[in-house]
Amino acid sequence: MSKFNKKKDASLPAVNTASLPDIVFMLLFFFMTVTVMKDSSLKVENVLPNASEIKKLEKKDRVIYIYVGKPTREYEKTFGTESKIQLNDKFADASEVGDYILMERAKKPQELQNVLTTALKVDKEANMGIISDIKQELRKVNALKVNYTTYEGDAFRNLQ
Amino acid sequence: MPKRGAPPEVNAGSMADIAFLLLIFFLVTTTIETDAGLDRMLPPIEPPDTDVIIKQKNIFEVSINRDGQLLADEELTNIKDLRAKAIAFLDNGGAPSGSPDFCNYCKGKRDASSSDNPSKAIISLKNDRETKYGTYITVQNELVGAYNDLRNREAQRLFKKDFTDMEAEYLNPETPDNVRDELKEKVKRIQDLFPQKLSEAETSSN
Repeated sequence: MSKFNKKKDASLPAVNTASLPDIVFMLLFFFMTVTVMKDSSLKVENVLPNASEIKKLEKKDRVIYIYVGKPTREYEKTFGTESKIQLNDKFADASEVGDYILMERAKKPQELQNVLTTALKVDKEANMGIISDIKQELRKVNALKVNYTTYEGDAFRNLQ
Repeated sequence: MPKRGAPPEVNAGSMADIAFLLLIFFLVTTTIETDAGLDRMLPPIEPPDTDVIIKQKNIFEVSINRDGQLLADEELTNIKDLRAKAIAFLDNGGAPSGSPDFCNYCKGKRDASSSDNPSKAIISLKNDRETKYGTYITVQNELVGAYNDLRNREAQRLFKKDFTDMEAEYLNPETPDNVRDELKEKVKRIQDLFPQKLSEAETSSN
């Protein structure tokens, strides 16, 4: 009986937190493995359109990125609200795309130089005019493989 | 009660804090990459040596205007109907049986005024400079979807497998080489049945 009483008197036992670090480490390792460090910060709005018939872009080292979209709020004053091209970390004109591709191509190892893909990350509100200028430039430097990067989803959502 | 003889334990109470700190750092810097999209080949800039004469009936012209309206084969079309229309055009197989262009796997209407053979059929996509990129992608998606639907149908008939699955497996770098060689042939065969001839003209300025 005395044993029983003793138990009732004791205050609520503390939750054992010994396994907390393990749980947190598990999460940590998950995020460490899936993390890709951003190589350039976006200066343009970049809401990609949706598409359903997509193919995965394998092998990051074979991809050159071109961003297009409206300048974000902090750059709006200097660059206006018209869609702009961003190459690496700065805004550029369509005529600079060719040089950029050639420069990036030269940086890659010899054996990859012929299999490069140009990924166009374009905001869905952008106009096609700027895209066709880019396509024209890409054709000039013979970078014919392009990938219109999109989110996976119903393509008809783009129309709203 | 202090233990006798045992070395003092290191206090690990702050380990969780340290781990949390790192976790939060990685949480903030993580961007889940969106590296998927529509693959397209641009036409080379130098014009082909010989002018190929293409019959008008083998061209399916799609134009998008600045308001996102669609003109497919000279008819105002809703984007939702585009895929069905493109499939009907590609799968038509209008050439009469016995002619060299006869298509024995087509299941279309065999309308003589539409495309002769899927290998002859060309889809031409034109757009205005002020067309929204989102609309353009939707149209591209539907046209690629039309090709994929037809290729899937043929792949199901020949190999009991979807073409898109076969292609994804073929492009996956983790697929073993012997499987890939086998797939390459099959993928090639299906691609030859319905070759993707999607021409993108330069945009018009008005």
